[in-house]
Amino acid sequence: MTDMITDRWILDRPNSYIGRSVPRPNAPRLAQGRGTFVDDVELKRMVHVAFVRSPYAHARMKSISTDAAKAAPGVVAVVTGKELAKIHDPWVGVLTHLEGIKSAPQYALPIDTARWQGEGVVAVVADSRAHAEDAVELVEIDWEVLPAVTDAETALDASTPVIHDDLGDNLTWRRNANIGDVDAAYTNADHVVEETFVFGRHTGVCLEARALVADFEPSEEQLTVWHNNQCPHMIQNILATHYHLDEHRVRVITRDVGASFGIKVHTYADEIATVGLSIMLKRPVKFVADRMESFVTDIHARDHRVKGKIAVKNDGTIVAFEIDDLTGIGPYSMYPRTSGIEANQVVNMIGGPYRFDNYRAVATVVFQNKNMMCQYRAVGHPIMCAVTEGLVDAAAKVVGMDPVEIRQKNFHPDDAYPTKSAQGLPFENLSHEESMKTLLEAMDYEALKADRDEKRKEGIYRGIGFASFIEVTNPSAAFYGVGGARISAQDGATLRLDAKGNVFVSTGATEQGQGMEAVISQVAATAVGVPPERLKIITGDTEHTPYGGGTWGSRAAGIGGEAVAQAGRALREQILVAAGAMLQEDAAKLDIRNGVVVDADTGNERIGLDEVGRICYYRPDTLPDGFQSELVATRHYVPRKYPFAFTNGAQASYLEVDVETGFIKLLRHWCIEECGTVINPLLVDEQIRGGVVQGLGGAMWEECLYDADGQMLNANLADYLVPMAAELPDIDCGHVVSPTADSDLGAKGAGEAGTCGAPACVMNALNDALSPFDAKITSMPFTPKKVLQALGKI
Amino acid sequence: MDKNVDVTMTVNGETVTRRVEARTNLVDFLRYELGLTGSHVGCEHGVCGACTVRVDGRIVRGCLMVAAQADGSDVWTIEGVTETGEIKALQDAFVERNALQCGFCTPGMLLTVAELMERKPDASREEIREFISGNFCRCTGYQAIVDAVAMARAKGDA
Repeated sequence: MTDMITDRWILDRPNSYIGRSVPRPNAPRLAQGRGTFVDDVELKRMVHVAFVRSPYAHARMKSISTDAAKAAPGVVAVVTGKELAKIHDPWVGVLTHLEGIKSAPQYALPIDTARWQGEGVVAVVADSRAHAEDAVELVEIDWEVLPAVTDAETALDASTPVIHDDLGDNLTWRRNANIGDVDAAYTNADHVVEETFVFGRHTGVCLEARALVADFEPSEEQLTVWHNNQCPHMIQNILATHYHLDEHRVRVITRDVGASFGIKVHTYADEIATVGLSIMLKRPVKFVADRMESFVTDIHARDHRVKGKIAVKNDGTIVAFEIDDLTGIGPYSMYPRTSGIEANQVVNMIGGPYRFDNYRAVATVVFQNKNMMCQYRAVGHPIMCAVTEGLVDAAAKVVGMDPVEIRQKNFHPDDAYPTKSAQGLPFENLSHEESMKTLLEAMDYEALKADRDEKRKEGIYRGIGFASFIEVTNPSAAFYGVGGARISAQDGATLRLDAKGNVFVSTGATEQGQGMEAVISQVAATAVGVPPERLKIITGDTEHTPYGGGTWGSRAAGIGGEAVAQAGRALREQILVAAGAMLQEDAAKLDIRNGVVVDADTGNERIGLDEVGRICYYRPDTLPDGFQSELVATRHYVPRKYPFAFTNGAQASYLEVDVETGFIKLLRHWCIEECGTVINPLLVDEQIRGGVVQGLGGAMWEECLYDADGQMLNANLADYLVPMAAELPDIDCGHVVSPTADSDLGAKGAGEAGTCGAPACVMNALNDALSPFDAKITSMPFTPKKVLQALGKI
Repeated sequence: MDKNVDVTMTVNGETVTRRVEARTNLVDFLRYELGLTGSHVGCEHGVCGACTVRVDGRIVRGCLMVAAQADGSDVWTIEGVTETGEIKALQDAFVERNALQCGFCTPGMLLTVAELMERKPDASREEIREFISGNFCRCTGYQAIVDAVAMARAKGDA
């Protein structure tokens, strides 16, 4: 590891803010209701769009009559797919590194065929959203209903209709992996255990729906978009490309974002249509999805059926894993990230914590006439974790080992790094052993087992479940860039000293509520040597921030933060050169602490940053001849040594099952997370807790229910169950710290961990609780009905 | 038939009169007629609690009430209770404990817990969880919110 960057200067700075729970600079504004979310943006002459949405999962529009809608009060325009297609190019959601993936061209509004229930097919623009919705009711479409492909299991059958004729079949992508010799491993193993896991389709339910205001100014051909997307530079490129605009005349502004979780990282047809309407009408157009629209158009996730096998020896040694994963992704692969990545992640990460040599996988991704599926928080992680950990528990049972013992026996040992997974992915420095040890202490495993066993005697069925996991963070260009997607893996930061000694920090990373502005301010304050209150953080504006990837894949702290650290150090050095010129002192003997230039050795104050700023900007004539101060520094960063900063953790769940009603009560939850350098402990813990609860949601309650015709049956918040406060346990968090040597800061991501491990350990706890009945459930969500079915009561 | 109605109410201590479409709900009235954008719209069917405002001393869902129903009422929003300082301890605790992430649910959540503190100042953690179970927060997992309410109360008692 000696060839890596290992200079931890940022952790050794005086007055460091790294590792402190510094409050978020943007939190008071939000707590006072003074945020600026997209729907809060009002522009002169702004109009509103509502969409006619397909009532059918698959149907052709034989004719569209818009006359009555156009005559309705307040209506400005009614636009069809054919009309909008004249000004934009369609997109195709494929990436070259997912070899063989295919999809069909998708337009902002379909030309003649709707392919899922809820797809926007005609746009109605009016002076208010209410008037637009009124007129939507007046658009008449003569539909020819086509057969809907809804069951992924039969999507490839010869008798199933093909959704896109030009593609020949309903196969989006298939990936195979074959490592070692699985068949020989099965022969040599003492046991081969097989299990099928089902992961329900669910969605992100960001409380702030997807929204944008598009404002096209024709005289300069300037497009400005206020958007709650996670990746402003990505969207800038997409809009410029597909509307033939100059990229530097497309400005994307993301102010406060009401959470995203990967929901707001994609190209949504209704948003692209809204931009086109602004170009056509030459005035601002606002679109804010309502909740029903969100349920049928925000990307859905999971919906995997995985048949898994594990081969194990009598002593608990794991010798092979095998999976057959099937997922249906809707009628198109999402653009630009594709809908193949979740399956790809599952294939890549199965068995992640463990040493084994033999692995076989096939992942099959198929088209269907349901809402589109794509990357949502912890992409692929909850699936690979539950399959792996479910199989490990099954193996433990068959060889008669404690679930903890079998894990400890098979972990990559903490002293074995760097190493690689069976699939060949590089692990820099993980800590499965230490994480499990920390977890066992935190939960007091022995006491918990005693409590469980005691309660069983009273007819109270409690269970303990574990999940160890790996987590992908800090993604390099290996994730999307190598496949041709124009999604920045690198991030930039620009720091500028003003004339009063304050520092403006512009970053390509974006804030969605995770606390990125606090993290950036802590790193900048530490790197430069100023208190956080002297910083102004600027994010989410393609005209005013360095080029960057935004926020996704747990990259903002590890990648955006490192760029800020490097820019902050550069600015400090530049300020010290200027101060040295003023003080006739060697800059190397000076430092900046708490906003003041000091002697590095003694800490004695020499000159304030306000005075440095004043002299540099107003009295440069007093500086030595030929000296020009430079008080702006920009640096960029991307991980280069490792394609991802893999990290890890361990979770445990304790729960109680009411075997009469099938209801499950979550009693307690623990998560030990390894995210390298912890910049802000409070924010990391809250990322973990929020993530755990999102994982619990998919495991326990959330599911997008469809009927056989492709109608979503519960597209509202009353029938789609999200986690609410009363049914949740307290969640204990702990950390193991192994900084990445791929950056000076050493931070890895923490955003996926909670969601990754929670479903797996709840599943294992549930099955532990049901073990006296010889009952087992591996289909999420774990509804009371499924519990009672497993118990044979219904 | 005239689809518009005149409404007059007191909002954050200020008397306002507007002529609006009768179907205009209260939260849209506050946001788009009065520019009080601190109250948010999350589901428009009464489940998520993002639009929670106070009408005549009790919290209501701003999406389930039309503005005309609030004619003559005394309405308070997050902007008003911030200005009076009434919920400052709660707001400070939310910031300190990071009981908000994206902040979209927070105004409604704060008005809800303010009512709980009024009605049952000694509420247990379970009772706090129960009371805020009509307010959806996707980011935090709620534990920090429960902690923040307890923190604000402890400071109030000190």
